[in-house]
Amino acid sequence: MQGRPVDKRLRLIFAGLGLVLMVAIAVWMLQGLPEGRARSFVLGLRAERLAGLLLVGVTTGVATVMFQTLAGNRVLTPQIMGFDSLYILLQTILVAGLGITGFASIPTWSKFLLDTAVMIALGCILFGSLLGRGSRDIARTILTGVILGVMFRSLSAFIGRVLDPNEFAVVQQSSFASFGHLDAALLPVAAILTAAAVGLALSMAGQLDVLGLGRDRAVALGLRHRRVVFVTLGLVAVLVAVPTALIGPVTFFGLIVAGLTHGILRNPRHAMLLPAAGMIAAIMLIAGQLVFERLLGQASFLSVVIEFAGGLFFLYLLLKGRIR
Amino acid sequence: MIRIEDVSHSIGPARILHDIRTGFPKGRLTALIGPNGAGKSTLVRLVGRLENLQSGRISVDGHDLALTQTLELARVMAILGQDTAIASRLRVRELVAFGRWPHHNGRPRADDHARVETALENFALTQLADRFLDEISGGQAQRAHIAMCFAQDTPWLLLDEPLNNLDMSHSRALMQRVSDLVRRQGRSVVMVVHEINYAAAWADHIIAMKDGRIMAEGDPDTVLNQRTLSELYDADVQVSRHQDRPLVLHHA
Repeated sequence: MQGRPVDKRLRLIFAGLGLVLMVAIAVWMLQGLPEGRARSFVLGLRAERLAGLLLVGVTTGVATVMFQTLAGNRVLTPQIMGFDSLYILLQTILVAGLGITGFASIPTWSKFLLDTAVMIALGCILFGSLLGRGSRDIARTILTGVILGVMFRSLSAFIGRVLDPNEFAVVQQSSFASFGHLDAALLPVAAILTAAAVGLALSMAGQLDVLGLGRDRAVALGLRHRRVVFVTLGLVAVLVAVPTALIGPVTFFGLIVAGLTHGILRNPRHAMLLPAAGMIAAIMLIAGQLVFERLLGQASFLSVVIEFAGGLFFLYLLLKGRIR
Repeated sequence: MIRIEDVSHSIGPARILHDIRTGFPKGRLTALIGPNGAGKSTLVRLVGRLENLQSGRISVDGHDLALTQTLELARVMAILGQDTAIASRLRVRELVAFGRWPHHNGRPRADDHARVETALENFALTQLADRFLDEISGGQAQRAHIAMCFAQDTPWLLLDEPLNNLDMSHSRALMQRVSDLVRRQGRSVVMVVHEINYAAAWADHIIAMKDGRIMAEGDPDTVLNQRTLSELYDADVQVSRHQDRPLVLHHA
């Protein structure tokens, strides 16, 4: 009795999203394929980049929706709260401590896993106490997050100044978002981490629904609030580390995705929200990258446009008074 | 029976509760009264484990709060706090349905849906069930939150100022519903009330608090007298009687 029309609407939305995603992938893979021997080479290259786009999309979408539920706020993203600048700071410290050769000689896998572990630990310590208390004081939560973010960025910049120019170039390469330097060696480990984190997130979708009611109600309904907060933060840390490692920090992308997801679904269940966020993000990335690579001939950066559009959307949300 | 033993509580340097030792009787409607800042809400939130216990011991029907799984407690008591702002954009029915969560953990059965519909009906929310919470008035939203607690269907119900935002007729309807639960179904209700005549008219047991201490407790006829109330509120209060219940006149 409850949800039949709602369920039907949701099924339609998911069918539509799936179809658009399929079309985007098909165009991405097949448009303007060269003849002959180059074909399989181009296909391989495109598949690799497609995997990168999908991973970045899914992780960013899922991470932002989860983070907003945790924070009880629809404008915060892990990036605004300084999660990705924490990642950049880690890279800078590693380069400064080990030098370029040392940095480059750490096996990709172990470096990535180490980064992720440190991110989880620091994320839980820094943001756990802040968000765990119920974040009744949203203004203070945002302010603290923004200040932490700026502090991480300035620390990275400070260490960058002390570095020699070659080392600094290595750091810089990892601090701007671009699919141009997608690190293909990271794809397998990124895919495994993403699958594990998204799987865990989906398995606790019901608990996330309750978490979204705010601390008091979640505790009253018997949710083990502290534990769920820390698991969620840990998952968000993993899901932010993956795209930041793959392409670099993209600040506003997650905000657009989460806003669109809530706007389109109009349903509070995370079992629906999380997959939809992943699909919407993937569609946007693939379509955006198609336009830039194939139509505009690489004349710009995807991240620049995403940030531009994201900034406009942010303003729109502010002016519409959707921010609570 | 809810037992509260030697409970003290501080927020920063401010001592909110001083060695509280009392009990809420089972199968009764207990009202907590007292001036602002007396510590009523803090006490109710401590019992409802919304605040962490700093010292002392609280047990609900023999379940020690410190030793019992929070999910198990959610099947013994429901608590309504004062903060009713929710970030998620929910429909009224979706909010009320969350009250069943401790019983089904995400997989509602037919019985759960039926109880949600009953709770909606009881609070005259059926018409509003498909509206979003931010599209209804504060009083209607308050009723939706109370309905969620009712849907939780627990032996104990703790309500922190449930009459906030409610008009006279809905306040009376809520008090009737609550006293119905107590008298017909043998459940136990504890509520913080500011409008003292609601306590006078409906409560079986009254606990008067001031400055973090219990000043008086007992049945309405013992607690609601001129001397106690005047001292409690530091204001001259007259007490009369109406239909064999105390009637407090505070329009000096």
